[in-house]
Amino acid sequence: MASSLKLAAQALAVAAVVGLLALLVWKVTHQPGSGVEKALSAGRHPPAPLFTLTRLDQPGKLALASLRGKAVVVNFWASWCRPCKEELPVLEKTWREYRKQGLVVVGVDAQDFTTDAKRFARKYGITYPIVHDAPSATVDRYGVTGFPETFFVDREGRLVGAHIAGSILSTSEIKAEFEDSIRRALRS
Amino acid sequence: MRRLLLLCLLPPALALATAPTARASEQHPTLGELEGEVMCPTCHTTLDQSSSPVADRIRVFIRARIAAGDTRSEIKSKLVAQFGPAILAAPPHKGFGLLAWWLPMAGLLAGLGAVTFAVWHWSRTRAPAGPAPPPGEALEPDLERRVDEELARLDA
Repeated sequence: MASSLKLAAQALAVAAVVGLLALLVWKVTHQPGSGVEKALSAGRHPPAPLFTLTRLDQPGKLALASLRGKAVVVNFWASWCRPCKEELPVLEKTWREYRKQGLVVVGVDAQDFTTDAKRFARKYGITYPIVHDAPSATVDRYGVTGFPETFFVDREGRLVGAHIAGSILSTSEIKAEFEDSIRRALRS
Repeated sequence: MRRLLLLCLLPPALALATAPTARASEQHPTLGELEGEVMCPTCHTTLDQSSSPVADRIRVFIRARIAAGDTRSEIKSKLVAQFGPAILAAPPHKGFGLLAWWLPMAGLLAGLGAVTFAVWHWSRTRAPAGPAPPPGEALEPDLERRVDEELARLDA
């Protein structure tokens, strides 16, 4: 009786440890966005994680899927982020310059107050669509770790070109990567 | 048994004793309290340990909402609407977050159960002590002889 109870307790303890270990492994292997970064680094073109987010520039929502057939620059930003402010004029210029060729810039504002983001967009004269990622779910799916970060989506909805973590103006090489990625997104 | 009963009654008693303070804190929260309960979304520490731009902005928001008379829950709800549930330092009471709330409790209860069972099992299986010989009762002859021999050896 005593030995069978002892055995059952030991089995229970081992099961608890195995369960916690499995939970840890699951959590580590399911880190959001890690797949996107890995695929891009390996030169692959994974489908861009889809999102449907509330627009800040006008009422309603914007779905990435609705932009299929267009090249999309997805720029993650926040109003409190200084490098984001610096690159906004370049993004606005890009949007105005390439929109007739079928390019859309989408600003994904995250970890930010919507009032701040709206005020900011007005102040800097942004005319491209701006959405708010309230629960940061899109930020997680893209594996964004800081602001700004920029991704490029081709007309078929795949991520192409570079994943620019940081300002697109930080170096001349990154600026060149930005322009090259736009060309690649438009080419498909 | 009395100790176990005391242990069971202690948490509800403590909860009752601190209820008025908790109610006051809910109605009139302070920035200091909320700073320990709200996360800085970029640095992943609580607000009181961060001086990042977004943390400063959130502090301004909290101060404004306190001044406007919002309760603690209202301020937290507004922050969650803007930043998502990850803005709160405590895990949510649903989904995966429930594990963080209930796992330690379950572990504690399981431990308490195991200790109780072990004590009960130990007390039942311990061999009963034999009755003490009444005072003055004669020793067994063999033992008495050995005791006499030892005493004689000591005297010699």
